[in-house]
Amino acid sequence: MRIAAQGLTARHPAAKAGSAPALKPAGLAVAPGEQLAVVGPSGAGKTTLLHALACALQPAAGRLELDGIDPWTLPVARLQKLRGRLFLAPQAPPLPPRQRVITAVLAARLPQQSLAASLRSLLYPTGIAAAQAALAQFDLADKLWERVDRLSGGERQRVGLARAIVSAATLWLVDEPLSSLDPSRAALAIDTLTRVARERGVTLVTTLHQVDVAARFARVIGMRDGEIRFDLPAAEVTRVRLAALYEQREHELGAPAPEGAAAGAAPPAAMRGR
Amino acid sequence: MNAPASKAPPSRCALCWFLAGLAALTAASFWTLDLQWAKFLSLEAARKMGRFLGELLSPSSEAVFLRRLTLASLETIAMSALGTLLAVFGGLALALPASRSHAGGPARWRALTRLVLNGLRSIPELVWAALLIIAAGLGPFAGTLALALHTTGVLGRLFAEAIENAPPGPAFALRVQGVASGRIFLYATLPQILPQLLSYTLYRWENNIRAAAVLGVVGGGGLGQMLSFHMGLFHMRETSSILIAMILLVAMVDIASYLSRRLLQR
Amino acid sequence: MSANVSVAMAAPASRDPAWTGRVFWMFAALVLLAPALALTEFKPWILFSAQSLQSTRNFVADFFPPKIEAEFLLLVGRECWRTVAIATAGMALALLIAIPLTLLSTSVLSISALPGRMHALPFLLRQATRWLLILLRSIPELVWALVFVRVVGLGPTAGVLAIALTYGGMLGKVYGEILESDERQATHALLRNGAGRLQSFFYALLPQSASELTSYTVYRWECAIRSSAVLGFVGAGGLGQQMDNSMKMFQGSEVATMLIVFMMLVGVADYASAWLRRKIA
Repeated sequence: MRIAAQGLTARHPAAKAGSAPALKPAGLAVAPGEQLAVVGPSGAGKTTLLHALACALQPAAGRLELDGIDPWTLPVARLQKLRGRLFLAPQAPPLPPRQRVITAVLAARLPQQSLAASLRSLLYPTGIAAAQAALAQFDLADKLWERVDRLSGGERQRVGLARAIVSAATLWLVDEPLSSLDPSRAALAIDTLTRVARERGVTLVTTLHQVDVAARFARVIGMRDGEIRFDLPAAEVTRVRLAALYEQREHELGAPAPEGAAAGAAPPAAMRGR
Repeated sequence: MNAPASKAPPSRCALCWFLAGLAALTAASFWTLDLQWAKFLSLEAARKMGRFLGELLSPSSEAVFLRRLTLASLETIAMSALGTLLAVFGGLALALPASRSHAGGPARWRALTRLVLNGLRSIPELVWAALLIIAAGLGPFAGTLALALHTTGVLGRLFAEAIENAPPGPAFALRVQGVASGRIFLYATLPQILPQLLSYTLYRWENNIRAAAVLGVVGGGGLGQMLSFHMGLFHMRETSSILIAMILLVAMVDIASYLSRRLLQR
Repeated sequence: MSANVSVAMAAPASRDPAWTGRVFWMFAALVLLAPALALTEFKPWILFSAQSLQSTRNFVADFFPPKIEAEFLLLVGRECWRTVAIATAGMALALLIAIPLTLLSTSVLSISALPGRMHALPFLLRQATRWLLILLRSIPELVWALVFVRVVGLGPTAGVLAIALTYGGMLGKVYGEILESDERQATHALLRNGAGRLQSFFYALLPQSASELTSYTVYRWECAIRSSAVLGFVGAGGLGQQMDNSMKMFQGSEVATMLIVFMMLVGVADYASAWLRRKIA
């Protein structure tokens, strides 16, 4: 899917009308099948950007085009259909605790399923093989029949990523996919995501806390205080640029900072989207 | 822990007014109701009561009657179970339009559905039964429907609250994917609130067994119908057996609910 | 744990392992449902038989417009007040039953239990009191009302007595549970210093749980209003008795008025009780 945004501005739904927008006017052009990483300190507006691209947040100003169509001019039914081709993976994996992994993974196929088919799938899952294949990519094949609340945090996060693979989307918007994974699992997860996206020609936009992982992407965007500070090929993202981006937030640049501490330091005007 | 230190004491005067109002209400109640204490405390009433109680001490235990009694007890349980089951479906069907699926959602039917739920809930089972007898005739069917209608109101409201209080994350993820709201409920909201719905349902079922036992008094079937029949004809031995059956039924429900709660807590 | 994982790794089932369980429970539900449907004579179609539709239509058509003659409204208003009065008087008597029985049954106030085990006699007394409360509670108020209508005749006396007995049992049981679940130290300290049982109750046990007790009492008062309206159906006075009369005469318009008034009454009681409980908490 092709993304084109000009002057895209977005405000968190809970924010006051007069406050500074969480995403200041941003321009962005992404070609179909392109893969890019978004880095920046906490509260930089990375999540808000993803939500705006996912049509989860109506832009306060500016223009967004997905495959040449402005989604917000579409009638509701067409907009829903378009949303069925997007996949947003929130940072906290959105899995109901008492659901089984298989059901949680197959839920990504709901946009393409009729109500009758989705009811039937609750009774006896349809697409066991696909779900199992997707989980196997993340080394989770044995968890297929487990309940979500029996999984560890990292396993839950990987189940959330397996959902993307099962979905029929052509644009993946992945928020902090590695936040609770250990380094080796993180490498596997990011390799799988990029490889499958490349095979299917899916456009992949992912926010990342770990700048070293971002170096694996061809294109890196740096954000701070709701603005896009740089948009460069990975090779040109130097230490100096990163240091400038993370100025006075150096602790986040080094080791991945624990979530709680980072969120606490975020300025209130640029609230992180949930 | 130290409540008095952290909380300002309620103003003395408000408490005085509250107590005075309460006393006035109670006094007015006793004064305006022509309560026949003289009659109640008279020797004759005492004798009547004594005879009544004496007759209750010899319950009937004829095999034929006991079989009917067992059947009526089973009927009572079946009425309550079926009424609750119908109410679960009715309550869910009404709870969906009665709840705002997400903050800022449109919820066009919310106010109207909540009004309907309140109406269903505020009319007690017994009144529903008395009304439904006109359409459904005497018997357990009217009682079952009456339980179902009242319980639909109660459960619908509780379910709607549970839906609105469910964590929004999973539903958000599916909504962003353009999934229709019915499927969002099935795959994201329902699995999260299922234990809560289950415990509400069990609690209402417990209540409904008690209610079903007396619905028959207005003709709604079950033990109550037998009771009012035999009591009306002054068959005291049968009445006594029916009362014992009722007490046993309620005690069984109490014990079962106590045990199941213990089990669930573990 | 690790053994489990390795086994599962070797052969991840490609069939849903929960399926057999689901099928079993569905069958079990069907097997239970069939007799329940038979026992309750569940025949929804009779609702739509010509005869039943006719009588329903006649009755419901009579609902509109509800009867609003001044004289009738006055009568309904009076019955409304009687309903509230029966509930309030019943609650007052219920408190008279519940409070002494609660004091008798709470083991926190036991002096003999202070050093260790309770003596046999007080233990038996407490257990007996508890059983009495449970017995009072487990007979529905409607049944008590039926009994008292036989003894004292039709009228509010039977309703007041019925509410007093059932609610006395309920209040006593729950009061006991609230008191037992509270912190015991303050009460025990007073008892150990030689204070009497009632003194310890008023100075330690009551202040701790006063708001919870009051809140539960207010909630029960709300329930009592609901049930006093229903008690009228067996002749215990109040709105229910009027409604029963009108229903037996197929006076749809009167029933409609009373249903509306009844819903309003329940709504007001609901609101008042919620407001009071918020104030107390």
